[in-house]
Amino acid sequence: MFKDKTSLMMTLLKGRTLIVLVLLLIFFSVANENFLSTNTLLLLAKHVALYGILAIGMTYVIITGGIDLSVGAVVGLAGMIAGGMIQNGVTLQFAGVTLYFSVPMVVILTIVVGAFIGWLNGIIITKFGVAPFIATLGTMYMARGWAMLHSNGATYSSLAGNEALGNTGFSFFGSRIAEIPVGALILVVIAIIAHILLKKTVFGWHIFAIGGNEKAAKLSGVKVDKVKILVYIFSAVCAAIVGLITASQLEAAHPATGETWEMNAIAAAVLGGTSMAGGIGTIGGTIVGAFVIGVISDGMVMCGVSEFWQMIIKGLVIILAVIIDQFQRNMEAKMALQARNESKD
Amino acid sequence: MAVNITNGPDVCLHAEKISKIYPGTKALDEVSFNVYKGKVNVLIGENGAGKSTLMKIIAGIEQESEGELFMGEEKVHFDDVTEAREHGIGIIHQELNLFPNLAVYQNIFMAKERKKGTVGLDNEYHVKETKRIMEKLQHPIDPYTIVGDLRVGQQQMIEIARNLIQDDLKILIMDEPTSSLSEQEVQVLFKIMRELTAEGISIVYISHRLEEIMQIGDYVTVLRDGKLVDSAAVKDIDISWIVQKMVGKGKSYPKRAGNIDWSKRETVLEVKDLSLPKKGGGWLLDKVSFQLKKGEILGIYGLMGAGRTEIFECIMGLRPEHTGEVILNGETLKINSITEQIDRGFALIPEDRQREGLVQTMDIGKNLSLSSLKNYAKGIFLKSNEEESNIDKIIDEIHIKVADKRLPILSLSGGNQQKVVIGKGIMTNPKILLLDEPSRGIDIGAKTDVFEIMNHFADAGLSLLVVSSELEEIKSIADRIIVLSNGIKTAELAGDEITEDRLVMASYEGHNSGKKN
Repeated sequence: MFKDKTSLMMTLLKGRTLIVLVLLLIFFSVANENFLSTNTLLLLAKHVALYGILAIGMTYVIITGGIDLSVGAVVGLAGMIAGGMIQNGVTLQFAGVTLYFSVPMVVILTIVVGAFIGWLNGIIITKFGVAPFIATLGTMYMARGWAMLHSNGATYSSLAGNEALGNTGFSFFGSRIAEIPVGALILVVIAIIAHILLKKTVFGWHIFAIGGNEKAAKLSGVKVDKVKILVYIFSAVCAAIVGLITASQLEAAHPATGETWEMNAIAAAVLGGTSMAGGIGTIGGTIVGAFVIGVISDGMVMCGVSEFWQMIIKGLVIILAVIIDQFQRNMEAKMALQARNESKD
Repeated sequence: MAVNITNGPDVCLHAEKISKIYPGTKALDEVSFNVYKGKVNVLIGENGAGKSTLMKIIAGIEQESEGELFMGEEKVHFDDVTEAREHGIGIIHQELNLFPNLAVYQNIFMAKERKKGTVGLDNEYHVKETKRIMEKLQHPIDPYTIVGDLRVGQQQMIEIARNLIQDDLKILIMDEPTSSLSEQEVQVLFKIMRELTAEGISIVYISHRLEEIMQIGDYVTVLRDGKLVDSAAVKDIDISWIVQKMVGKGKSYPKRAGNIDWSKRETVLEVKDLSLPKKGGGWLLDKVSFQLKKGEILGIYGLMGAGRTEIFECIMGLRPEHTGEVILNGETLKINSITEQIDRGFALIPEDRQREGLVQTMDIGKNLSLSSLKNYAKGIFLKSNEEESNIDKIIDEIHIKVADKRLPILSLSGGNQQKVVIGKGIMTNPKILLLDEPSRGIDIGAKTDVFEIMNHFADAGLSLLVVSSELEEIKSIADRIIVLSNGIKTAELAGDEITEDRLVMASYEGHNSGKKN
């Protein structure tokens, strides 16, 4: 009897973010009849794609027991790198020439810059033993500064490219395929890859092992430093991709883009059940978490709730989510203890 | 033989038919228990017998579901630790509860601080008292030392010291305090316990070491499956009585066959002049050499800090600063990293199961395959079928009792958790297994199982290096024993040469020669 009750309770607890998401959708569709329209939902998907992708990288980092505060700044930097390359090209002063790259090349180079920031994070954390919070706080400032320096704080606003220079087509990432925003499609692709990588590969399991017990992982032969560096690179690459999508959607690159976005990414991961202590988390959960945040924001905008109230409500939801999370873990621990008592020799 | 458990004038605390019911299970079933005034009251039983639960109720950590507690004629009930402490009850947990980031004196006076004025701390007093108490415990550790820098045995002493500064201590509960102490430290602890009982303090003592109970105990109470089995005065009983009550049948450690001519066996591992410098001068290991034959179990015995664990750390690549040669199958190794050493066929079973052995957030199966995961990779993907079948195979081979390998690792008993850590090492198909105190903190039944596993794999051709500080165990499990003392190898004994006297003698020798130099 008790067991059935507990397992029902556990199912509800585990699916709680999804339940909350459904309840929110119902609530807002009642509050505003236009909410459940295709248009609104596609717009929602476009918004969610941005911090959804960031949150996927963040989930990896948090599972290892770390945190990456630099992702918001990398979003801004990536936009500036790409925008600058398209609008002004790259001038090689010693040769007196200006190079213009094709859009695919711009994308690759931007991602390489992102990966470099991630690698830097990883090296500072693993080789110099700096706490992830501090290391990524430092690179956050550095990346933001680099973005500002890139244009002296100005916005790159002509990203359409030039037919003659062969660098048109950047607006693709902000466009739609069969009505679906490209950003949302990219989110789906990254989510699937990230999920498989996490669950089906040695790399993924090593991530869980490091977050669960780093010492035990090391003694089991897990290459802790290497895995961590790769995880921070992954997170920064996700951020660079978001930077490209954002610049493309806005058709402009502004150096302040992405400020405080890291907080949305952390919130989505935590809402999705990722444990800040490390060792626990899923990509599916994170995506649902990202949608919860998106629905709250978009829904309240449509219902005419002020932005200030939105912030208060978002904060409440996050804290509530973590409280329920603790409750679930306590219950799981109790069930484990129970199993242990029952199976005693 | 058995004593009647009723309240009386010589009883400090009387528990009357205590039951503790967890959802779905009864951890304690009408257990009565007496704590006799000024005596060492031993509580014994296998893991899961309910010892810790009973102690937690007496210490106010958990509350009884049924039954009553009496101190004298007064009926008492403790809602939390503070209430129990107000009644003079202190507890030392099996798992240490210290602040590794703080100094010794801060740990000892945590939440019992003496103030100077309204807010200031009287640290002068704290330091002075810490010095006094550590001297009384014969461990004159500098009060300013950070606890995290101390060895486990020393940390245990700090834990004891924390309870001793309580003025009105009436009952001190000690949950397996000796599991991480060396023989020498145990004797010091026993002396201290005698001093405490002479002062009228009652001690409740939980231990798995039977010889200790005979040595230090006054009364013994045996629990099994949450029920009271029997209770007796120690002077009236012997070890076999306890063992029989605990497990219901006689058990002994499996013994190694003594008739193998090891000189004819091939040498798998040779260690030559292994040295490891100590921070601030001296040696943690001083030119230690030994050989390990195929299928042999080589025991390493020594006191805490003798350099036992350090040998393993050097071999596994965790101590890059070591010097000397490690030769595997005739090839001198250049040791770079632990991952490489695992690939070469070494597997380490670390001493501290919770901190170094298990990943608590992962399930039983993944904990088993963690070290060998890359063997199941095809490209970047895991071949789950192969992984699963190997996990099943190892669970079966070393008899891990699991209902479902997808359950959390913490749902297993301590003994089975230890088997998982051993299984993880074996799944890497090692040539040499390094086991650091493999029987620490597990019950007799599980210990026997662990030793049988070791014998099984030795017979199958695996070579084992085993560190143990329990004489009885190392005598029965090892083919040959080397003794370390103060970083120096002081003896190498085989067959009939292995006697407790010689082992103990050799474990002190290094300190004498150290002084001479």
